Amino acid sequence: MTTQSPLLDAMSIRKRFGGFVALDAVDIAIRPGERVGLIGPNGSGKSTLVNCLSGAISSDTGTIRFDGRAIERLPAHQRTRLGIVRTFQIPLPFTSMTVIGNLTIPLRFAARHHAVGGTTNDVEQALLILEDVGLRDKAHEPSAGLTQVELRKLELARAVAARPKLLIADETMAGLSNSEVDEIILLLFKLNEQGIAIIMIEHIMRAVMAFSQRAIVLVAGKKIADDTTDVVINNAEVVRAYLGE
Amino acid sequence: MRRIPSWIWPVLVALFILALSRVVKNEYYMFAGYVVLQYIVLASAWNILGGYSGYVNFGSAAFFGIGAYGAVVLDKLWQPPLVVAIVFGGIVASLVGLVTAYLTLRLRGVFFAIATLALAIVLQTLVMNWDFVGGPLGYYSVRPDSIAGFPSYVNYLFVIMLGLALIAVLVARAIELSFIGRGLAAIRDNELAAECCGVPTLRLKVFATMVSGGLMGMAGAPFPYYITYLDPNSAFSLAYGINSIAMPLIGGMTHWIGPVIGAVLLAVIQQVATVTISSELNLMIVGVLLISFITLAPNGIVGLFERYRQKRQRRLST
Ligand SMILES: Nc1ncnc2c1ncn2[C@@H]1O[C@H](COP(=O)(O)OP(=O)(O)OP(=O)(O)O)[C@@H](O)[C@H]1O
Ligand SMILES: [Mg+2]
Repeated sequence: MTTQSPLLDAMSIRKRFGGFVALDAVDIAIRPGERVGLIGPNGSGKSTLVNCLSGAISSDTGTIRFDGRAIERLPAHQRTRLGIVRTFQIPLPFTSMTVIGNLTIPLRFAARHHAVGGTTNDVEQALLILEDVGLRDKAHEPSAGLTQVELRKLELARAVAARPKLLIADETMAGLSNSEVDEIILLLFKLNEQGIAIIMIEHIMRAVMAFSQRAIVLVAGKKIADDTTDVVINNAEVVRAYLGE
Repeated sequence: MRRIPSWIWPVLVALFILALSRVVKNEYYMFAGYVVLQYIVLASAWNILGGYSGYVNFGSAAFFGIGAYGAVVLDKLWQPPLVVAIVFGGIVASLVGLVTAYLTLRLRGVFFAIATLALAIVLQTLVMNWDFVGGPLGYYSVRPDSIAGFPSYVNYLFVIMLGLALIAVLVARAIELSFIGRGLAAIRDNELAAECCGVPTLRLKVFATMVSGGLMGMAGAPFPYYITYLDPNSAFSLAYGINSIAMPLIGGMTHWIGPVIGAVLLAVIQQVATVTISSELNLMIVGVLLISFITLAPNGIVGLFERYRQKRQRRLST
């Protein structure tokens, strides 16, 4: 049996904020096309890990390889162009632009750098993505007027527009209704079928269970479990961390 | 019928003003008009960084002064044609922009603004202590009485500044409409999100600072010949810093025409006030206008116009 070489391979990522250790030597590896759930209590370091992987902040120590390249020194925009794309837990839309305008930024600045074919124009591509997340009829409205739920969908749409190889969705479903959660899960499955590996960060366990093949658990900046989803969910330590015994 | 490209309008307006400058005999209008045109350059240049990307530069005077003193240096050495001084001023100012950008653009918000203000003060102090260009005593540049093809040398300076204003407006417009302008707008809205969408934020900011500073330097180069006596206080005057922020703010920062409207409006008011009341009143007028616009019309005159147009469209569509 040959092991497939990982798409993302991050080793011993450490991050301190002053005296507080937010990430303590975390290893994380993702294979191409994999679906992984990243869970953990509030403040356990999930978003900090996303920030370190995407280059939004730099980790104190550790190495990150993506697609066979060392990327820990690259600025965020280059990592995005290579194909690591993340959403923000608190949506950060480009408020002076329309909804479709928000998507043309990654289409122009990231997707073109590894676009396959690229026959259709940016506007058509943007409309297709908006169709998928259910924002098609808001395409030409100012993004400043969107509801919180719509902003989360825009976050996801904008990340998809960057044409990721690895999509990191940081709590995209918070605040969504049950049927909207199902829609997003379906969309993520659809993206995954196109070959995109996905890390789903979620407190909604139903979504994690339905979606991920593997689950990674962070507690207080340490990785305490990393296995198939049903094994992890029955892991005594994880249960303790969640139920707080 | 093919659509007329909109860059044609600034060109036509400039040609019209050029034609006017050939028939107007009163030199005062050339003197006053020069200042208005100079502020069109400064305001349009400032807006490329400040308006499009949201990085507030308080140090316009630094770049303008570099252009002015660059011309003085050349004048002392070999008195080249004015165009050479303009190109020289533009290059030096944009190089200073490059260095400043790398040193300060990692600073956000108010810290960047303070750093640029400091740049103007530091440069002024340096020039004060540089004897070659006259130090605190300043420098008299001998202005030729006439120049071939123009009714007077002041008329020539006016036409040169008209050309610079046209260049500044066309450059600002081209940047605004290009993908660079889109990237700068993304930076203004949210720099972290822009970077994570693949926008090379540092490179775009450095580019904007260099273009903006370069244009300001070009505007400064003819200045020694315009006032004939240049000293550090007039070359690095705080008025340039304040006016080049106030003009885009009042005119509107998201469209290239905004700084032009603001520059014409404010510069004309200031010229009139200088003649009729006193020059001390100028900065007060700017202050009052600034406060009114920030509180009542934060998107400037262009913003007011757009709001009116949207309202009318809504009325028409219902
Ligand atoms: N820039 C920062 N400066 C200081 N402390 C920070 C910073 N960013 C995060 N932290 C701290 O690091 C810890 C981990 O935060 P992080 O946002 O990564 O948690 P999380 O697992 O994403 O939590 P949640 O589920 O609530 O989103 C928290 O205690 C947080 O307060
Ligand atoms: Mg988080």
